[in-house]
Amino acid sequence: MPRLLADFEACQGYGNCITGASDVFDIDDDGTVVLLKEEIPEADRARVEEAARSCPVNALTIED
Amino acid sequence: MATVVVVGSSVAGVRTAQALRSEGYEGRVVLVGEESELPYDKPPLSKQFLAGAWDSAKVALLTAEAAEAAGIELRLGVAAKRLDVARRQLVLADGSRIDWDSVVLATGAAARPSPWSVESGVHVIRTLADSKALRADLAVDTPVLVVGGGFIGAEVAATARALGREVTVVDPMRTPIGRVVGGDVGEQFTALHQRHGVTTRFGVGVESITGEAGDLTIELTDGSTLAAGTVVVGIGAVPNDAWLATSGLMVQDGVTCDEFCRALNAANVYVVGDLARWYHPGHEEHLRVEHWTNAVDSATVAAHNIAHPDELRAHAPVEYVWSDQYDWKVQIVGRPATATSHHLVGTLDGKVARGAVLYTDDSGRLRGAVTVNWPKALVTCRRLMTAGATYDDALTQLSALAPAVTR
Repeated sequence: MPRLLADFEACQGYGNCITGASDVFDIDDDGTVVLLKEEIPEADRARVEEAARSCPVNALTIED
Repeated sequence: MATVVVVGSSVAGVRTAQALRSEGYEGRVVLVGEESELPYDKPPLSKQFLAGAWDSAKVALLTAEAAEAAGIELRLGVAAKRLDVARRQLVLADGSRIDWDSVVLATGAAARPSPWSVESGVHVIRTLADSKALRADLAVDTPVLVVGGGFIGAEVAATARALGREVTVVDPMRTPIGRVVGGDVGEQFTALHQRHGVTTRFGVGVESITGEAGDLTIELTDGSTLAAGTVVVGIGAVPNDAWLATSGLMVQDGVTCDEFCRALNAANVYVVGDLARWYHPGHEEHLRVEHWTNAVDSATVAAHNIAHPDELRAHAPVEYVWSDQYDWKVQIVGRPATATSHHLVGTLDGKVARGAVLYTDDSGRLRGAVTVNWPKALVTCRRLMTAGATYDDALTQLSALAPAVTR
């Protein structure tokens, strides 16, 4: 199953990923992304990929 | 094979091409760009890239390898000259034509040119080349004058100041950022400049600029003069729509389109990013928005609608923009400028600024928020705006987030 990876150092808390997929991404009190799931079902892939690509600092990637 | 041609290789165009693949589009995808550079991202050009902290690799939006892996054909270094809607062809500056079944217009906007022309030393900032040229001049220890106190001007001022330059910002408005956040909060942004040792001359315009790089004289509308070695003009942007004048599309400060990002009166023509004047179904009006997030969101919508024409998705975002200035990470959601009252949760003072200003109007709903150094509050406000929350509910939720700094 495709796997979601986050670069927690790069994350700046822009929050676009959460708007794109709030069931997958959240933010902690310090403004860093939280992954609510790391394995992404194929059916959700387009939506999560697009949310990941809305990150202004490319902190999110999906690996096969 | 069916072909989608995407015209414009900045973030709206690149994200459209990528999203077409994510959405399962299996035809040919051609990405046309005027600049010969590989696609790059613009926000760092007034910040990390300008400061020299990031290199070209770090601002890349799409490498040649990534394009090939995604099946995106790059056609870079050639401008689009004309769109032939009847024949479904894109005519390029070198005279060649590309046939399309659908076309996505993403040529964005250009920096509004400096009205003051001198031989050298006056910069605008929009492209990678602009940023490189300015970076070279900022390396010289000479005073910097920034014309325009909006986001770009403020970011350039902050970057130049961090490089050790003496910086003055001039703007004809008394509180330039007030256009976006309202006058009261706008004054906090003015104070931010001053706290970092930047001189502000707000409420005064520029009459003339003479001289050359390293020795420029700026005459202001109040009769005073300033000396600077480098001038940066950040006075807004204008859509790159002139090439569409003969297309038959409705072009009026951008290309008019419907809520599905489709150009009016032309089948299979989509418009995304800064170029689009689209109908926002939530606001019930046509808007043109020059924000990064809007470019990406509209790209996703257009790609979806091309790949799935039977399940059209509307583009109805809550506005969102960020700006990094000095030690402030500013995030703005919704439409603070349309509000009639606001309230600060947290603090915007001094070195520990961490606050959120919430805005409302007669409706009693949350209309917008400006957060400083507080991404959690920003995310909360975006959710509340999307849900149509009331102002009171928003204040309660924000106050609960940060009891320690509420006052």
